[in-house]
Amino acid sequence: MNAQPALLSVRDLRIVFDGRRGPLTALDGVSFEIAPGEILGVVGESGAGKSLTGTAVIGLLDPPGRLAGGEIRLSGQRIDNLPGEAMRKLRGRRIGAIFQDPLTSLHPLLTVGEQLVETITTHLPVSKAQARERALNLLKEVGIPAAETRIDHFPHQFSGGMRQRVVIALALCAEPTLIIADEPTTALDVSIQAQITTLLKRLCREHGTAIMLVTHDMGVIAETADRVAVMYAGRVVEIGPVEEVTRRPRHPYTAGLMASIPSVHRRNAHLNQIDGAMPRLNAIPAGCAFNPRCGFATDFCRENKPGLPPSGHAAACHFPLREMAHG
Amino acid sequence: MAEANTILKVTSASCRFDVSAPTLSRLFSHEPRRILRAVENVSFSVQRGTTFSIVGESGCGKSTLARMVVGLQRPTQGMLDFKDIRRADGSVGPPRVQMIFQDPYASLNPRWRVGDIIAEPIRELKLRKDEGETATRVGDLLEIVGLSRADASRFPHEFSGGQRQRISIARALATEADFLVCDEPTSALDVSVQAQILNLMVRLQKEFGLTYLFISHNLSVVRHMSDHLAIMYLGRFVESGPAEEVFGRPRHPYTRLLLDTIPDVEQPNRQRRPMSGEVPSPIAPPPGCAFHPRCAQAVERCRTEAPALRREGELEIACHLA
Ligand SMILES: Nc1ncnc2c1ncn2[C@@H]1O[C@H](COP(=O)(O)OP(=O)(O)O)[C@@H](O)[C@H]1O
Ligand SMILES: Nc1ncnc2c1ncn2[C@@H]1O[C@H](COP(=O)(O)OP(=O)(O)O)[C@@H](O)[C@H]1O
Ligand code: SF4
Ligand code: SF4
Ligand SMILES: [Mg+2]
Ligand SMILES: [Mg+2]
Repeated sequence: MNAQPALLSVRDLRIVFDGRRGPLTALDGVSFEIAPGEILGVVGESGAGKSLTGTAVIGLLDPPGRLAGGEIRLSGQRIDNLPGEAMRKLRGRRIGAIFQDPLTSLHPLLTVGEQLVETITTHLPVSKAQARERALNLLKEVGIPAAETRIDHFPHQFSGGMRQRVVIALALCAEPTLIIADEPTTALDVSIQAQITTLLKRLCREHGTAIMLVTHDMGVIAETADRVAVMYAGRVVEIGPVEEVTRRPRHPYTAGLMASIPSVHRRNAHLNQIDGAMPRLNAIPAGCAFNPRCGFATDFCRENKPGLPPSGHAAACHFPLREMAHG
Repeated sequence: MAEANTILKVTSASCRFDVSAPTLSRLFSHEPRRILRAVENVSFSVQRGTTFSIVGESGCGKSTLARMVVGLQRPTQGMLDFKDIRRADGSVGPPRVQMIFQDPYASLNPRWRVGDIIAEPIRELKLRKDEGETATRVGDLLEIVGLSRADASRFPHEFSGGQRQRISIARALATEADFLVCDEPTSALDVSVQAQILNLMVRLQKEFGLTYLFISHNLSVVRHMSDHLAIMYLGRFVESGPAEEVFGRPRHPYTRLLLDTIPDVEQPNRQRRPMSGEVPSPIAPPPGCAFHPRCAQAVERCRTEAPALRREGELEIACHLA
């Protein structure tokens, strides 16, 4: 399992927001690793802390949010305490980013060619002409038709799906070893969504790039990720190989989440539902944060916060589910 | 289909938008008029107490069709005809129609207490004789949708997305609605909360005999909810029929591609081949079958001749080959 040294290692990451009524803990001891070339899916309901985790890895956490503990390492090197300039260099060079809304990554008044060339020359020792050549190849590689002319177009001249391809090309400019993709297909239509995930998978395979793929879509995870981390209320509650976690979930939250997805193969009379909603940051229950919504909760759960054991397929639960009702 | 039970009959309804540049500048630049065909020649009927769903990618005309059904948008052609119904209380008349939106927050006045939001239609339509009865009804409605009576005194921002959707359902029920047009009601919600809302909608349908026009881009959700469905592409129905038949044996190449394209957590396919191309502009749709640039089965005829909707039992399919 751990034969390969981790490309990204996140240990006990804590993020706190300093609010008027005191600090609120948004990430509470998040730990996971990503191997080179691996796709780690990160799922969970909105507010679970998925984006914050990605933001912290890219070093884009803004006040009032701050790192309050833990460490982030890329190929063994601490990157969470780098000074601003060093982090900016690292970002783009070794870590690329793709967000839900491609327009947040694109400058509206520059052609996509100008933006690609700028990013390439910032990170690689190449001439303008070589950079343009590379930009063109990248656009072709991400599947922009008629790239020779499209390279001189502005972002608004592209459809949503094509824009996201441009953003992927931007993220790839300097051949990063890791890409943080935060809901890269959420705003896209189903047919375009499949095109983009297929593209990401192919790039990951061909370039050996690792991806942290944040999404709330379990289907996307099941078909794209190698491993998956399930987050709830600022913690990783389950992590493991994607087949194991989706077919034999051990955490009651993961199991509930899986069972609440309607099937496209048959019509069920009733969907499993997890009652209640994820707590707000100022009202995270003591002990296991999931306890008010958990059918297995005991007094022990209400008092003791379960940790995430360091094993291949692990759940942060005092009473993890055995293989029983599944399969 | 049992005509007797039909609650809504839509006949050849179209909605076109004139999206030309303003007249003067168009005259100077000699630009032609630009007409966007949002919904084109759509016919279907909905049976009382059932769910009819509309599925398709964004921009295919789902919301425009929904707005026509609730009367927020006039069809530029065709007819939408609600049939009189007899209610449990013996009254007879056209069904009361209400709409549920994707973003409940945008449709709830943030400055009003939830109790007043739900009471408004009751007061407006004088459905209860005094404030006391109105308050009782509001409390009952809150409980019906799974909230508590005490929630009446709180404001919308104090609720989660799922709870807000419950509030908008309660407000729709407050009008004694018979027919709910639900436009992507769970698309903004997390799956576990989506399950809560879908379960609630199924329960309310059984309890009150509600009819749903259910709009979604999510095929699994549609499979879960629908008795009948129609798949739309560029403003037109390409396939429609009983949900079990369409899902059990999809005929139209677009329906098949859609079903083949969605990621599936139950039977994951890591080698899935995505559909090629993108949805073309509804202002200049491709000639012939509008789907032909993306269709692997397309033959010469598809490029020139638009396929007519063909009836096969309870199914309708618009394809030269299927
Ligand atoms: N700028 C901010 N100020 C205060 N709280 C924030 C801020 N950004 C995020 N949060 C909170 O942090 C938690 C995690 O957010 P996020 O990582 O965006 O969740 P996810 O991406 O899983 O939906 C949420 O409760 C959110 O409200
Ligand atoms: N008021 C309007 N004026 C001009 N075009 C419109 C208007 N409303 C919708 N459209 C266009 O009609 C088409 C169908 O839109 P819509 O019904 O919202 O689709 P959907 O709900 O399936 O995403 C789109 O191309 C949209 O841009
Ligand atoms: S620790 Fe207890 S409350 Fe938390 S998920 Fe496990 S059984 Fe449920
Ligand atoms: S009519 Fe032709 S192009 Fe259209 S869906 Fe059928 S086979 Fe494909
Ligand atoms: Mg997020
Ligand atoms: Mg819509």
